[in-house]
Amino acid sequence: MREITLSQAVNEALAEEMRRDETVFIIGEDVAEAGTPFKVLSGLVEEFGAQRVVDTPIAEPGFMGLAVGAAMTGTRPVVDLMFGDFIYLIMDQLCNQAAKTHYMSGGKLSVPLVLRTNLGATRRSAAQHSQSLHALVAHIPGLKVALPSSAYEAKGLMKTAIRDNNPVVIFEDKLMYNDKAPVPEEEFLIPFGQANIKREGSDITLIGTSSMVQVCEKAAEILAAEGISAEVIDPRTIVPLDEEALLKSAKKTSRVIVVDEGHQSFGITGEIASRINEKAFYHLDAPVLRMGAMDVPVPFSPALEDITVPTPQGVAENARRLMSREMIHAA
Amino acid sequence: MLMSPAKKKSNTEDYLRMYRQMVRIRTFEDNANQLYLSAKMPGLTHMYSGEEAVAVGICEALKVTDKITSTHRGHGHCVAKGAEFKQMFCELLGKEEGYCRGKGGSMHIADQSNGNLGANAIVGGSMGIATGSAFTAKLLGRDDVTVCFFGDGATAQGLLYEVMNMAALWNLPVIYACENNGYSEYTTTAEIAAGSITARAEAFGIEAHRVDGQDVLAVNTLTESLVARARKGEGPFFIELMTYRYHGHHVGDINREYYRPKDEERDWKENKDPITLFGAYLTKEGIATAEELEAMQADVRQDAAAAVEYALAAKYPEESEVDMHVYTDVRHALA
Repeated sequence: MREITLSQAVNEALAEEMRRDETVFIIGEDVAEAGTPFKVLSGLVEEFGAQRVVDTPIAEPGFMGLAVGAAMTGTRPVVDLMFGDFIYLIMDQLCNQAAKTHYMSGGKLSVPLVLRTNLGATRRSAAQHSQSLHALVAHIPGLKVALPSSAYEAKGLMKTAIRDNNPVVIFEDKLMYNDKAPVPEEEFLIPFGQANIKREGSDITLIGTSSMVQVCEKAAEILAAEGISAEVIDPRTIVPLDEEALLKSAKKTSRVIVVDEGHQSFGITGEIASRINEKAFYHLDAPVLRMGAMDVPVPFSPALEDITVPTPQGVAENARRLMSREMIHAA
Repeated sequence: MLMSPAKKKSNTEDYLRMYRQMVRIRTFEDNANQLYLSAKMPGLTHMYSGEEAVAVGICEALKVTDKITSTHRGHGHCVAKGAEFKQMFCELLGKEEGYCRGKGGSMHIADQSNGNLGANAIVGGSMGIATGSAFTAKLLGRDDVTVCFFGDGATAQGLLYEVMNMAALWNLPVIYACENNGYSEYTTTAEIAAGSITARAEAFGIEAHRVDGQDVLAVNTLTESLVARARKGEGPFFIELMTYRYHGHHVGDINREYYRPKDEERDWKENKDPITLFGAYLTKEGIATAEELEAMQADVRQDAAAAVEYALAAKYPEESEVDMHVYTDVRHALA
């Protein structure tokens, strides 16, 4: 199978959906000729024109609000938010307007909108361009949240998101834009709420999101060399969450580590760990462990930044501790 | 106060409908206030009384397919854009037959089928939505116009300037209708708005008008011309409508002399009431007699009373509705 970058995968998904449905349009800062700072959208304005690949002023709440109204009246906007960190700027439009319109109108209005943005540290961009803020939006009923872990997921989830009649937020890891993965030439979609077992194993389950799937896979390699069989699962969407698949694996291996790049406290790892505790408690041989980003603003210095995010070595180390039952007695 | 130049006699029907719509808004609000005062309504509400000529003058210039976005003080817009009393009172009381199945209440009330994209409880929260609705019209080649209602208080929100900028850059068919009722919650507009309100729009090259918001014909005549031009791609436009809210910020804001003198309220009610003024005009022009207008008011009062009675007896939504409509494609989000 051919291999393409995550960036190309997103570009292809958008182009295919824009050809299929003329109500789909892209709106955001420098999305047209510039193709975004990450060049993800290069070439789209040439094919679809400036009417459908719309460059905006630097006014995130404004174009987000505009997209909500456009979605309510018959179009399918794909909003490009240059950095995930800017989500704070659009919180009212996303969480008070987009997320609640269907409910507050008793089901009469809907907001078929995609917000595509990014997450991920270690790009030496400091605290306001490095955050992973998906937990903030996953907290809000009415929004769906997708976290592609490779080019394959990036394409399949984007196409599903555009066809969804609800507001969907997709966070791409900005360090993965140039990572290649096998992506079929023929059309495919990835349904929301279906986890993917990336690697089968029997001793411990590693649940990873976005680029943390790769971290878990590398940890599994390390562990395999030591005779520990790790299963790696990628939920692919956290809203909706494929709880069944996660519970099934937890019950099979009886040990679980949840790895996510959002801050550890009050985050995705805690939510998933809690659901496993509530529903698979008697199958567990060790506490479910959370591994998120350190609870500090992301520092600039490489010496500091690199220690704030989970690493394969760190995940493997924690897996060993769980296997040794150290954690059970630690309390 | 003078009414705008008379239209032709053939407009008799339009005039009587405008009068009736203003009376319907006032009557709706009187009943809503009573429901609050008698503790029959959950929560609270913001009265539109006094501002009727704004909503009616504007909405009478729109087609069903034209869109509006409304505010926390939104009952007037809802009535003016064609809603029925029964579903409105049901919504106010949280009943299943309400326009939003009781899930929105007073602050989100809207008859969506008439192009009302919702009342919004975030001050200025719908400015993006209105502009986006206009964007859809342009992108899909429809000739719909969208009117964005907001108050003078909302001119302090940054979103307005972001979307007016884009609307002007892209010639979107949107009309920003600023209802200046003199008060931003419990504070006079003079204390919260520096400079001129219309100049804010003019800074973006948007044609801005200031109009007497108590004169329904003035509002309607101006809006008709702007809507026609917006349909031809000459938008956006901005209107500042000078008006007054008779009640407090909300129904519970009763002792308000600390920010607004009673004399001022009396003056507006006695000398600038939009319904009284238009009624006087209709009788003077021989379009209707005082008796006919009184009969119309009585008829509306009867309609409202019946709708209130109906809504009070109507059923609440089933508890199983609580997790419905969270997502379009999931019947019960928590199942």
